Amino acid sequence: MLPLNEQLPVTLLAWSAILLTAFFLGLRIHRTLAAEQQKQNSVVELVHAELPQTQCGRCGFPGCLPYAEAISGGEPINQCPPGGEHLILRLARLLNEPPEPLNPRHGTPQAEPLVAVIREPECIGCTKCIQACPVDAILGSAKTMHTVLTSECTGCDLCVEPCPVDCIDIVPAASQWTQRPLNRYAISRGLV
Amino acid sequence: MLSQAVRWLTEGRLASFSGGIRPPKQTQRTLRSRVMATPIPERLIMPLTIYRKQERLTPAVRIGEAVRKYQCLATHLQDPDLILHAPTSGMITAITRDVLEIQSDGLDQALILCGNTTEKITQADILQSIGRAGIVGQGGAGYPTVKKIRLAASAGVKVLIVNAAECEPFVCCDEALIREFADQVVKGAEYLMQASAADAGVIAIESDKHEAIAAIQEPLKASSLTLRLLAAKYPAGDERILIKSLTGQEIPDSANPAERGILVQNAGTAKAVFDAVKLGQPSISRIVTVAGAPLKTPKNFSALLGTPVSDLLSWCGFEHEGHSEEPSAHLQHTDHLKIIVGGPLTGRRADMFCESVQQTTTCVIATDKINFPASGPEHACIRCGFCAEACPVRLLPQQLLLHSRNFDEHNLNSHGLHSCIECGACAYVCPSKIPLVQHFRQSKEILRDSAAERSESQLRQARYRHWQTRQGRTARRQVKQAAEPERETPFSRENARSEIAEAVARVKEKKSGKRQ
Repeated sequence: MLPLNEQLPVTLLAWSAILLTAFFLGLRIHRTLAAEQQKQNSVVELVHAELPQTQCGRCGFPGCLPYAEAISGGEPINQCPPGGEHLILRLARLLNEPPEPLNPRHGTPQAEPLVAVIREPECIGCTKCIQACPVDAILGSAKTMHTVLTSECTGCDLCVEPCPVDCIDIVPAASQWTQRPLNRYAISRGLV
Repeated sequence: MLSQAVRWLTEGRLASFSGGIRPPKQTQRTLRSRVMATPIPERLIMPLTIYRKQERLTPAVRIGEAVRKYQCLATHLQDPDLILHAPTSGMITAITRDVLEIQSDGLDQALILCGNTTEKITQADILQSIGRAGIVGQGGAGYPTVKKIRLAASAGVKVLIVNAAECEPFVCCDEALIREFADQVVKGAEYLMQASAADAGVIAIESDKHEAIAAIQEPLKASSLTLRLLAAKYPAGDERILIKSLTGQEIPDSANPAERGILVQNAGTAKAVFDAVKLGQPSISRIVTVAGAPLKTPKNFSALLGTPVSDLLSWCGFEHEGHSEEPSAHLQHTDHLKIIVGGPLTGRRADMFCESVQQTTTCVIATDKINFPASGPEHACIRCGFCAEACPVRLLPQQLLLHSRNFDEHNLNSHGLHSCIECGACAYVCPSKIPLVQHFRQSKEILRDSAAERSESQLRQARYRHWQTRQGRTARRQVKQAAEPERETPFSRENARSEIAEAVARVKEKKSGKRQ
């Protein structure tokens, strides 16, 4: 057995080596975890930025952010009917996944922009549609007629179901004809 | 004398730019005859949309109303400087969302014009006259001239450039204009200088337009403007390219040249300004080149605005199989015959039913097999790089094509697709006959759409966040209310009466206390 005065430096050295290794290992693990977390967050953000923000819930999740989180957790990317094929292609490119056609269980892609229209003489002013509208596109107050701000309406049809007198119709938006649907078609078919 | 003047001028350094193409000019046949005033057409079609269909005018007349020449037909509701006048007298026969039709009576009864006869004309006078005349830029986009001048004046304009460089094949309306109305163009340019308070004025003409250069010498001597010659290349007449070659300054895509103190006005606009300021005449006509191999006598017309394109063609002796006897009745596009409005490289196919002369119409071309061969099959890109050499804004069209086909938004932006001026030089030189410029136009449109969509979705998201916070607030309030105990004594008429009686008693007590 070595004398104490000779043993001490060796023990100290050994202990300090072990502690240092543990410290750096811990730091490394912490950094990796943080980076992973950040990556996860940024994926959620990127996916969320692509989603159409109609908040219609047709994907089966209550809003666009929950669906973005679900996608980053491995949910299929083909569940958003308002985004359509255009969105699926963009998400596929973003996440490096093979694109798949829209899942028909969640609806069919919108061919043109839609808006909700209240048949105003029939409206009883119950404010139920106002509470249901996720983008605050319906204007009105209790016992007065309500109306839809067509420029803000996303055509998500969440207001149709709560209406007690069924006076809300979903109609094609009377906006100016644009190239947009055609462009979408062109992208989805790989024509450009 | 002419050749001497030309030699003297062309000895100086030509303003030029990198890239560009030199397509055959094909203007000799058209320039053989002088500018001719058109007869009054039977019907005139006045478009109610201006500036790339972004602004819409509201009619000030009704169907069946008789109008006289120079009468106001339509105005813009917000902007009084956007205005449309009747080019001749007649009756309004139709008003739709986009056009207004006048059946002319052939009498040409005019309102009396109030010209400016005073010696001293002030800046405000000029601006007012230009605004009242409803002049828009005659070069291409049709931006309202008054607005442009005001924009430039507020930015402190340094130089006015009068653009007489029409670089496309067949188009020679500016050359004919300067050849025959040089003094009016120069006067108009001086008015423009005065209105914008520009320090210097330049008239830019391509060096191969000898007759125009010779004609403008005399009026220029008495004025403060100078003449600069441009290399005879396409697209020398594009606003940004013109500024680049004359001043060496590159205007970024995001800025308007007028904001940078450079005011570019077309030569035709200068003539219209002269008419408006000196004669008080609204903008009702412009010089239009009508050219193409199927025409017997191609000409430059001083055409009334609203003249149908089919009338212009028939006045030039348009003959084509199946169209010889009555061209205006059933003129249709076929494989080899197309009617193009604008230059052959940047123009568009005419809508034969209601296409008419507007302030921005420079040229009407009837195509033929030799000069406009049908586009053959597209071949693969062989990476020859001709397109990159031809590109006047120094982009890489072959890379852009690749990214356009993949629709790679990131790379399209980083390769500067937004700077593309859509001149078509790349497609012109491409040995594989790839319609590059069409690809770029479509990609630009798609980029614009997706940017718009993104900003819309951001707005929706913001509204959704507001809604969510409000929902949360309501939910909390409901929880709180549920937690609170019920009111001890529910509301009833009896209770209310006793409460009122108590309150009255309290008040009485107070009053009596005060008296004491």
